[in-house]
Formats: sequence, structure tokens, C-alpha cells
Amino acid sequence: MSEAVIRTVGLSKSYLTAAGSFPALRGVDLTIAPGEFVAIMGPSGSGKSTFMNLLGCLDTPSSGDYFLVGRNVAKLARDELAALRNRRIGFVFQGFNLLPRMSLEDNVALPLVYAACPRDERRQRARRELARVGLGDYAGARPSQISGGQQQRVAIARALINSPQLILADEPTGNLDSHTSTEIMTLFADLNRQGISIVLVTHEADIAAYAGRQVRFRDGRLVSDQPTQTLAAC
Amino acid sequence: MLKAMLGEAWQAMGANRLRSGLTMLGMVIGVGSVVLMLAIGQGAQYAVAQTISTMGSNLYILISGSTSTGGLRSGGGGGPTLTVADADAIAELDGVANVAPVQQGTQQLVYGPNNWSATVVGTTPPYLEARAWTLVAGYPFGDSDVRAATRVALIGQTAADNLFPNEDPLGKTIRIRQSPFVIVGVLGKKGQNLDGRDQDDTLIIPLTTAQRKVFGNPFPGSVRMIMVQATSAEAMPAVEKSMIALLRQRHRLRDGQDNDFYLRNLAAAADSAAETTRVMSLLLGAIASVSLLVGGIGIMNIMLVSVTERTREIGIRMAIGARQRDILAQFLFEALMISVAGCLIGLLLGIGGALLTNTLTDMVIVISGAAVLVAFAVAAGIGVFFGYYPAHRAAALDPIEALRHQ
Ligand SMILES: Nc1ncnc2c1ncn2[C@@H]1O[C@H](COP(=O)(O)OP(=O)(O)O)[C@@H](O)[C@H]1O
Ligand SMILES: [Mg+2]
Repeated sequence: MSEAVIRTVGLSKSYLTAAGSFPALRGVDLTIAPGEFVAIMGPSGSGKSTFMNLLGCLDTPSSGDYFLVGRNVAKLARDELAALRNRRIGFVFQGFNLLPRMSLEDNVALPLVYAACPRDERRQRARRELARVGLGDYAGARPSQISGGQQQRVAIARALINSPQLILADEPTGNLDSHTSTEIMTLFADLNRQGISIVLVTHEADIAAYAGRQVRFRDGRLVSDQPTQTLAAC
Repeated sequence: MLKAMLGEAWQAMGANRLRSGLTMLGMVIGVGSVVLMLAIGQGAQYAVAQTISTMGSNLYILISGSTSTGGLRSGGGGGPTLTVADADAIAELDGVANVAPVQQGTQQLVYGPNNWSATVVGTTPPYLEARAWTLVAGYPFGDSDVRAATRVALIGQTAADNLFPNEDPLGKTIRIRQSPFVIVGVLGKKGQNLDGRDQDDTLIIPLTTAQRKVFGNPFPGSVRMIMVQATSAEAMPAVEKSMIALLRQRHRLRDGQDNDFYLRNLAAAADSAAETTRVMSLLLGAIASVSLLVGGIGIMNIMLVSVTERTREIGIRMAIGARQRDILAQFLFEALMISVAGCLIGLLLGIGGALLTNTLTDMVIVISGAAVLVAFAVAAGIGVFFGYYPAHRAAALDPIEALRHQ
């Protein structure tokens, strides 16, 4: 078996609040193999986003270990984490998070700027990724000129541009209507078929159904972990 | 990478033109006033240096005392205490280059229908060399003219222009108190002295002629002033000492008795004038620098606002892989761009203002490349210095916190 894309061991995260230390994540063990499509579900406040931020190397755990493609990244320095975010992981947010003053092409190409990629190559690759998400004709447009679903596609193109093994999406359809959500999920399923591992947070069962595996969080703990087929059966 | 950053900084500036413009205005005013003030200060220094160079170097002036106290005023009682013999004795001292006894005063010069009042200087030939005064026409008078008290004269440019508006003064005869004088030489132009008096409004004649025909002298052999030039600046202190000792001995002054003459060190006066203008130009520069500082603080202020406003953008950039140094560089670059752009405009305005001052007033303006370079370097430095703190704050933001920011 090839190496796991993600392996967490006793991953925990506590937030310092006015009331004291609040444990948002309490020892999560999860292993995700290459090419898997995992949906994370659970009630609001159960620690899903906290977990995703750790997986996305946006934050560091209070304790426990996180192996990203075999490498323990739990104690890496800020700039090393930045390099991992840049090259290994594509992150898709609920709120799209495009830069409003830039063209779609520049938005998509932005990760390449931080990878010190030459300008012509940046442009070329950005156009290719835009075409891949079906927005090849919108390279010069601004985010405000396109719909939410299209913006999310651009965000996905941006996540794809450094050819990551892993895409993390925290409620990517949370701001979209059901029709657009379906389109976005079709796109994710497509990317998954091309071999990219996907971890996606959602509230909705029909969105989660696109994934091959569903894990459930409650109060900072992982409470269930099942293949989608099994769930459908019962 | 640099090109991308330049483009982004430009975009960021363009996104809020009014604000960028106003921030830049602070730098424009700062740099502009520094350049202008330096130009004025250096101009003043240059003007003083020019004036000093026309006075003649390493000069002393000895002024007679008299029984009435005001050195130059001819009092009622005794005559001047200095004599031509004193001058001759001083000329023998080590380190003395030129000695010229001087008797001067304002007199009416008459040529045909033209009248002009000028300073008439009665002196001896070394005077010209001591004052570094050259002739543009004719020849100087010699020792024989002094001995024979001939009625010859060297005329300064201002006096010449007024007495001879349309004529060559050389060889013409003018009258002072009815005595005719032949103009044998025309003096080169010097301009104003340190006191602001026109040095060219003058007529130089032999000392003997001046005393006999022009001023009259009830005390033969005495003079009001003696001009002494030392061979070098280094020789001046020794010359001063030996000169005073010599005069006290010749005038038979006992210990404890005051000097019966005054000594004025023109070189020291020149130095202090130069120092005064130097301090003045430093002050001007310092005051202008304050506005540069205010401009820098303006940049810091705006960059802090910008960092706060763009917290979410910073979070997004971090999420897709910007390292701390990337964010730092981005905001430093923006600050630098504002200050350098402001600096360029300020330079142009400052130079323009200096040129305008030059045409509108008779102030001397000197714009030196060094001053411009320094202003530019300082402005860039200010951009980095005042841009660093906001940029550092941006780079230190936590990615998650920044992303959550609305
Ligand atoms: N920065 C933070 N500071 C303090 N508490 C936090 C912070 N982020 C999240 N929490 C708390 O941690 C818990 C888990 O949050 P989160 O991971 O966002 O849950 P989910 O995404 O599943 O809704 C919640 O109770 C939330 O209030
Ligand atoms: Mg959440």
C-alpha cells in the first residue's frame, strides 16, 4: 500500500479564550489514503473547521501528530508550513476568498508568485486551470463580475494550480444554491477521479454522498467513520 | 517576482488614489522643502564664499586710535596714532606679504556734467595685491607716483559706470575738490563686501596725493589705517603677535597701558560670516527635515490603516503559500513606492521652486547633485523605516485570524 496522504495521531487543539483554555479538538486519529474522497460531517461547533485548518497547515496542533505524505508537520515553523500550503495542498473556502482587485487569471496564478514561477509560465498555467474548471473565457474578468458558483470554480482552479495531491474544502457549497452546489460537487468528483485526494466538510447528506467515505465529528472527537455505500444501505 | 510585486504595489496604490496621493503629498512637501532649503542654504554659503574671495585673504586692518575714542572719526584733539613709518616697519616682519597704509573717505567725483559720490582710497601699490584686485584696463600707479604725489587714479566699475555712462574712462580727467585726476586704470568687478557695501564704488589714488589734495592732513606722516596681509593663514597668529609688539614698542607704550590702535582680523570676520551661513543652512535643512519626518509618519499611518483594511487579503495570501517575508516585502514595497514617487515629485517641485526663487529674487541658489542624492536616499530610507513597522505587523498576522477578519 502506498503512503497515506494524511495520518493524524491524537491530534488535539485548544483555543485560549477569556474563559480559559477551550479544547476544540480532542485527540483525532484519522488516516486518508491517496485518491480517497472523504466528507467530514458533524454539528456546528464540533471542531470540523479546526481540524481542516490543521490539515491545511494553517494552524498548528496543541498536541498530537500530523503526517502529511509521511512527514510530521505538527512542529514545523511558519514559513515551512507556508511552503507546504503553497505546493502540497489546495484549500477551498466557503467564502471563495478571491482577491477582488485582481483578474481571475491573476487570482489563479497567485500561488505561483509565491513559488517564484516566471511570469509567462504563471499566465499559461493559470489559463489552463481556468479552462479545466470551465472558465477559460473569463481570464480577464474580476471576481465581482461573475456568479458565486463561478467564483468557487476560480477558487478551485487556484487550489489546483500547484498540482497538489490534496484538496481541502471547508463547506465549499455553503454559500451556493443547490443547483450550483451540484455542479461544484461534480467538479470535485471529477478531480477525485483524476487521482487527487479530497477532504470536504459539509452539513448536507446529499453533498456528502459524493464522497466515498464519511466521517462524523462531535465535541471535538471523531465519532464515526464509514464508507458511503454502507451508509446508504442502512 | 519583483515585477509582480511592482505591479501589485501599483494596483494597491491605484485602488485608493486619493489616499495614496495625500500620503505622497507629505513626502512631496518634505522632500521639496529639503531640496529648496538646501539650495537656498548652499546658495548663501556660495555667495558668502564668493564675497570672501573678493576681500583678499589673510588680511588685518590696523586702525588708528586718537585722543578722541572713535577709531575712525577724526576727533578734536590729537592726530592718528599710526604712521607710514609704522607701515614700513611692519613690512619688515616675518610672515608679512603686503602692507598698505590707507586714508579713505567719501568724496564727490566730477566729470563734465556728471557728479558721483564714491569712496576715495588713498594708498600705496601693495594695496591692490593685498585686496587681490586686478585691472581690466590701463596700469596701476607705482611707488614713484606715491613719492611724487601725482594725480592719477584707478576707478572701480560702479563709479566708472556712473561717471562715464557712454565713454571709456581710461585717460579721462576727473575732478575731486577742484583737483584734476587722470584715470590710468580701471579696476575689475568685485561686488558687495560682507557688510553689503559695493566694493566697486571706489576710486584708488596715491596716499600722498589723497592726504595733500583730497582729505588734507594736519598731521603729516600719520595714517588712519594700515592694511596688512600675512603670507598664509598659518602665519597669521605669529604676525598678529609680532605686529602688536612692534607697534607697542614704536609707540612707547608701557606694560599695562592700552594699545593706541585697533586690530581687526578680516580673515576671522570672514570665517565667522562663513560659519554663520553654514549654521543657517544647516538650520534650514533641519527645519525642512522635520516636514520630511512628518511625511514619513504619514506613510506609517496610512500603511497601518492599509494593513488593517487588508487583513483578510493577507490571510488569503498566507493560506495559498505566502511566507512572512513575502508579506513583509509586499507592504514594504508599497511604502517604498509611495515615498519614492513622492520623493521624485518633491525633487522636481523643490528644484522648480529653487529656480523660481532664483529668477524672482536676487538670492543665489545652488542645487548640488549631492543634495539631491541625499534627499532621495533619505526619502527611500524613510519609506523603509516607517514602512517597516506596518509591514512587520502584516507579516506577523496569524493566517487563521486574518482569514476570519471581515
Ligand atoms: N479562534 C478560536 N478561539 C476560540 N474558540 C474557537 C476558535 N475557533 C473555534 N473555536 C471554538 O472551537 C469550537 C470548534 O469550532 P470549529 O472548528 O469552527 O467548529 P465547526 O467548524 O465544526 O463548526 C467551537 O466551539 C468554536 O467556538
Ligand atoms: Mg466550520
